Amino acid sequence: MSEPAVLTEGLTVRFGNFTAVDGVSLRVERGEIFGFLGANGAGKTTTIRVLTGLLAPTAGRVEVAGLTFDHGADAIKARVGYMSQKFTLYTDLTVAENLEFAAALRKIPAGVFRERSRDLLRFIDFRDRADVLVRDLPGGLKQEVSLVAALLHDPEIVFLDEPTAGVSPSARVRFWELIRGLAARGKTVFVTTHYMDEAGECGRIALMRAGALIALGTPRELKDRAFPEPLYDLHFPAAPPAGWRNDLAAAGTVQPHGLRWHVAVRDPRRWEDLLARWGTAARARRIEASLEDVFLRWVESPA
Amino acid sequence: MLAIRVDELGKAFRGRPALNGLSADFAPGTLHGLIGPDGAGKSTLLRLLAGLLRPTTGRIEYRRETAPLPWDAVRPRLAYMPQTQSLYADLSVGEHLDFFRDLHAVPEDAYRPRRDRLLRLTRLAPFVDRPAGQLSGGMYKKLGLMCALIASPDVLLLDEPTNGVDPVSRREFWDLLYELRNDGLLVILATAYMDEAERCDRAWLLDAGRWIAHGPPREVLEREGVAGFAELFIRQGLP
Repeated sequence: MSEPAVLTEGLTVRFGNFTAVDGVSLRVERGEIFGFLGANGAGKTTTIRVLTGLLAPTAGRVEVAGLTFDHGADAIKARVGYMSQKFTLYTDLTVAENLEFAAALRKIPAGVFRERSRDLLRFIDFRDRADVLVRDLPGGLKQEVSLVAALLHDPEIVFLDEPTAGVSPSARVRFWELIRGLAARGKTVFVTTHYMDEAGECGRIALMRAGALIALGTPRELKDRAFPEPLYDLHFPAAPPAGWRNDLAAAGTVQPHGLRWHVAVRDPRRWEDLLARWGTAARARRIEASLEDVFLRWVESPA
Repeated sequence: MLAIRVDELGKAFRGRPALNGLSADFAPGTLHGLIGPDGAGKSTLLRLLAGLLRPTTGRIEYRRETAPLPWDAVRPRLAYMPQTQSLYADLSVGEHLDFFRDLHAVPEDAYRPRRDRLLRLTRLAPFVDRPAGQLSGGMYKKLGLMCALIASPDVLLLDEPTNGVDPVSRREFWDLLYELRNDGLLVILATAYMDEAERCDRAWLLDAGRWIAHGPPREVLEREGVAGFAELFIRQGLP
């Protein structure tokens, strides 16, 4: 097997007596789009801070682009790009100024910078003027420019921490086209998101809970493992029948999805009886589990 | 409880129109979702409703029962939670609640039960001594919401309250919103999550400062012949 992009064995990070990351072992291959999911506070950002060379682990082995912390954190930082959740760009500087500043921090020679920034702005199809202030850009475009800033030093691996939080649905679709474009250029993309439709775009997904890795696999594998029982989409075209919530709870587990409900049927007989009793008041159809279903099931209850 | 009516509301910044002739009725005990692309005017509308901006044209009317209320009477009844919130990183959850009690001059006998209820509803009671700077994203948002609720407002204006909040915490946040709505509060929120728009009593789709569609989510989707709001966005060619 070729050298992985990221390899951790028993990665552990403690802050005082709080264990933020607890014995995480995973392997990400080069060119993968790797999704990193988990509840707020599950240890995702802390793990990323280790993998980007910003934080030394308390225990465990870490290899990023073939380098360990023994090679020095700076060596790791040179091989990775990081678009953080909180800070990405200076809003009172222009697009060009932000990129120049990022390039200066990375000590990128002027000629290389000119060529790369032109290439990357073309990659994101940037049509505005480079002298526009970042604060005047719409949220989606701001994130795309942040991505450019994270790519200026041509890293092998790009870490994106919730890159699409709060941007519009169309802008999210665009951003994921860029992510696929990066993978096509041979980059490894390590991405966190709370949008489960985006998680489905990843080749493989790791799911974290309370600092520990609780599942790892392709979206398909995770769905099959999380839902051995049949799953139904249920909705009531008019007012729902009295007592429906309790009746349903006896047949399976229920989660709201917009105007509809997803029911994991534990007791098929009871479920069939209910549907017969409700008649046309309820409409149900068998569905495949979504990653949102998987997430809710595993993060709320032990896997 | 308070109702809000906006009539031909417009707002321009340095001559550039952000909102154009919006009219809407917001009744107490209802939950409204504003959706639309970046820059559509969602935050501007919320800031206008919160009294942080003044309309360029048109008007906003706040009413109790049928009587219009003067702004001085309205203001203490409104709570507004901006998109990026500044809580005090080194104050604990409990200290935040105390601080906002003092800020809003909430009497002690009203404060205690309210504080206990909010801590229970948000499931933050076990974290009452944790500094805000060490809360996860979802907990931080819930603390922000509690600070907004400590004065027991009639109207809750929330600008993308669940951005960066994981699916489980987002569900808990919505359970809480439904409780408040059922208590009679008027809740108006902007959201980037299309499933949240479907969970509101009324959804309002905004683009370039105008309504594109609005109404009970089910009716809007049926009328437009789409399965969900994301599809409607793409169908309308919204950026």
